[in-house]
Amino acid sequence: MPIRLSAILFLLTLQACSATPWVKPYERAHLADPIMNFERNPVSSNYLHHVYDAREGARGAGVATGGGCGCN
Amino acid sequence: MYYSRPVTRSCYALLLLLLFTAFQSHAEVLPEDRADVLYHRFSGGGVTISGPSILVRKKFNEKVSATVNHYVDNVSSASIDVITTASPYTENRKENSISVNFLEDKTLMSMGYTRSIENDFDASTLSLNLSQTLFGELTTFSMGYAEGDNIVGRRGDANFKENANTRSYRLSLSQIITKDLLMVLAFETMTDQGFLNNPYRSVRYLNNLVPIGYSYQPEVYPNTRTSHAIALRARYYLPYRAALSGGYRLFTDTWGINAHTFELGYTLPFRKDWLFDFSYRFYTQDKADFYSDLFQTADEFIFLARDKELSTFTSQTLGAGVSLEFKKNGTGLIKRGTLNFNYDLILFDYEDFRDLTVNATPGTEPLYSFNAGVIRLFLSIWY
Repeated sequence: MPIRLSAILFLLTLQACSATPWVKPYERAHLADPIMNFERNPVSSNYLHHVYDAREGARGAGVATGGGCGCN
Repeated sequence: MYYSRPVTRSCYALLLLLLFTAFQSHAEVLPEDRADVLYHRFSGGGVTISGPSILVRKKFNEKVSATVNHYVDNVSSASIDVITTASPYTENRKENSISVNFLEDKTLMSMGYTRSIENDFDASTLSLNLSQTLFGELTTFSMGYAEGDNIVGRRGDANFKENANTRSYRLSLSQIITKDLLMVLAFETMTDQGFLNNPYRSVRYLNNLVPIGYSYQPEVYPNTRTSHAIALRARYYLPYRAALSGGYRLFTDTWGINAHTFELGYTLPFRKDWLFDFSYRFYTQDKADFYSDLFQTADEFIFLARDKELSTFTSQTLGAGVSLEFKKNGTGLIKRGTLNFNYDLILFDYEDFRDLTVNATPGTEPLYSFNAGVIRLFLSIWY
């Protein structure tokens, strides 16, 4: 029962988020500004991610997908 | 049983109802129609890679859009690996991709296919992505899957043909924190299976029977690899219309590589039409378990590598960019456009990869380092 109660409480919390977002749509002018875009120019940022992927051991959790051995 | 079944059923019904309504989303939107023509150039460490990339994205109606991309790498390589164990070469890589976005009942789905062809490597990648906004559009949840099939060849050896398969599983959560702060949490697991070596690279081992003191043998990699990466990125709107960004990524894999990436960025509009970007990136990684700059004997271990990409090293990137917007609020075919130039200087410093162009007692050669310049010049049109 405590688990079910916790689940209901958790979902009620989510409901609260759904019903009254703490940042109202009319307060999102700054967030809608293109300078706040994480990937403002996909073709350009994809290329830079490829540059790193080909020269570093780490990969993933970025934006690049696609092929090529990158072994040059 | 402590509770009666109807109560239990009611609980489940309530849970389902809450779950359903909590995840009621608001409408997603299709990406904007745009076209980009980019010239890219990487130059450093004896390697020059340049070429165009052209991207076109078009909506067919309110529910379907498509993106196509054509990308070319023209490679001229005399890198440290090439000049110490092989001959300089030139080659060409072409990559074409298409993706289709479907907007259906508040869910945005994307399917993509990419094909990359060069004379010794053929890669096909299929990707699927699903994203949905939740909680009054404060949250965007995305998940994706990609599968790549690679055929590995070797120049000058028509009989050499190996296969490798890559799978990737991605999850990301984008969250509005305040009216000025956005955060994204991303997680990706990748698995590889097959021939994962670079077919041209060799390891060196001590050999007193030759004057130089060492000899070479081909690398041997494991034929499986699993990696995990988790990244947290944030973007903050400053009081005077500028944006500050920061990010951190933690990476780990079954080859023993652990890496950390830190990113900082600053975007500053200037007057009506100009936009400046400044960035700094710091990357550091540990070597793979089977990496060594100099093995003690031939076949010292089952797996052997001397790829500098698997060594212990750091890289730092200093970036700057400028963008000029034109035909703002334009009418007719073109709504607006930007002309953009970005330059990134990358400094690579290796901690256990030595420069074999210098003659010295094996294992005492200077550590290798190089700088690279990356140019991105592109025109973007929204229509």
